[in-house]
Amino acid sequence: MDPVRVQEAPFDMGAELNAFATTVGGAGAVVSFSGITRDVASGDLQAMEIEHYAGMTEKALERIRAEAMARFGLTDAMILHRYGRLAPGDPIMMVATASRHRADAFAGAEFLMDYLKSRAPFWKKEVTRSGAEWVAARDEDEDALSRW
Amino acid sequence: MKLDIRYFAWLRERLGTGHETVETDAGTVAELIEELRGRDEGYAHAFSDTGAIRAAVDEDLVEFDADISRAREVAFFPPMTGG
Repeated sequence: MDPVRVQEAPFDMGAELNAFATTVGGAGAVVSFSGITRDVASGDLQAMEIEHYAGMTEKALERIRAEAMARFGLTDAMILHRYGRLAPGDPIMMVATASRHRADAFAGAEFLMDYLKSRAPFWKKEVTRSGAEWVAARDEDEDALSRW
Repeated sequence: MKLDIRYFAWLRERLGTGHETVETDAGTVAELIEELRGRDEGYAHAFSDTGAIRAAVDEDLVEFDADISRAREVAFFPPMTGG
């Protein structure tokens, strides 16, 4: 399975994690994170529309993955990210990391998420009954990169 | 030279297009932005706050002083919101 996938189709995070965990030879730890389509504060989110820059997205994710593998000595790492129209509660994306000991797998997963947030060309738009609005980037997400 | 320009998210919506091919002599991203701004009010408005815009040259994120003299494609978009 390709370790970096960008797709419109839904995915089964349990099945993905099991498939990942069974192919990581030599690892003693597997960590995963999944992002879920969150409702807006007013509770009337109808859909989340995710746009991306096909071509650049794959390149950016492959670079982020390679950097995480090298920095934390990971045995393996995977990134899966959806685009298109998602319903509240739908899984948006997931990352999984494997390493000999847990600290590197945890750190690697956090690193992947921090970079994915503000360096992978995805843009989210929240669609509610009152209209549609682009999600603004948060300063904290940009600041999070400085810790690496 | 001929250059492909791509726009994403609110920038694409504001300009009413996601892609165009232009003839330009701009040497950097900043020069290209100046050129686009000079086109009409719509472009001037869309590019009024460059602090809210990021750029990529041939699918790599760059600063506005990046050289585009050999670029095939330049993209403009708001700060990314992945994850």
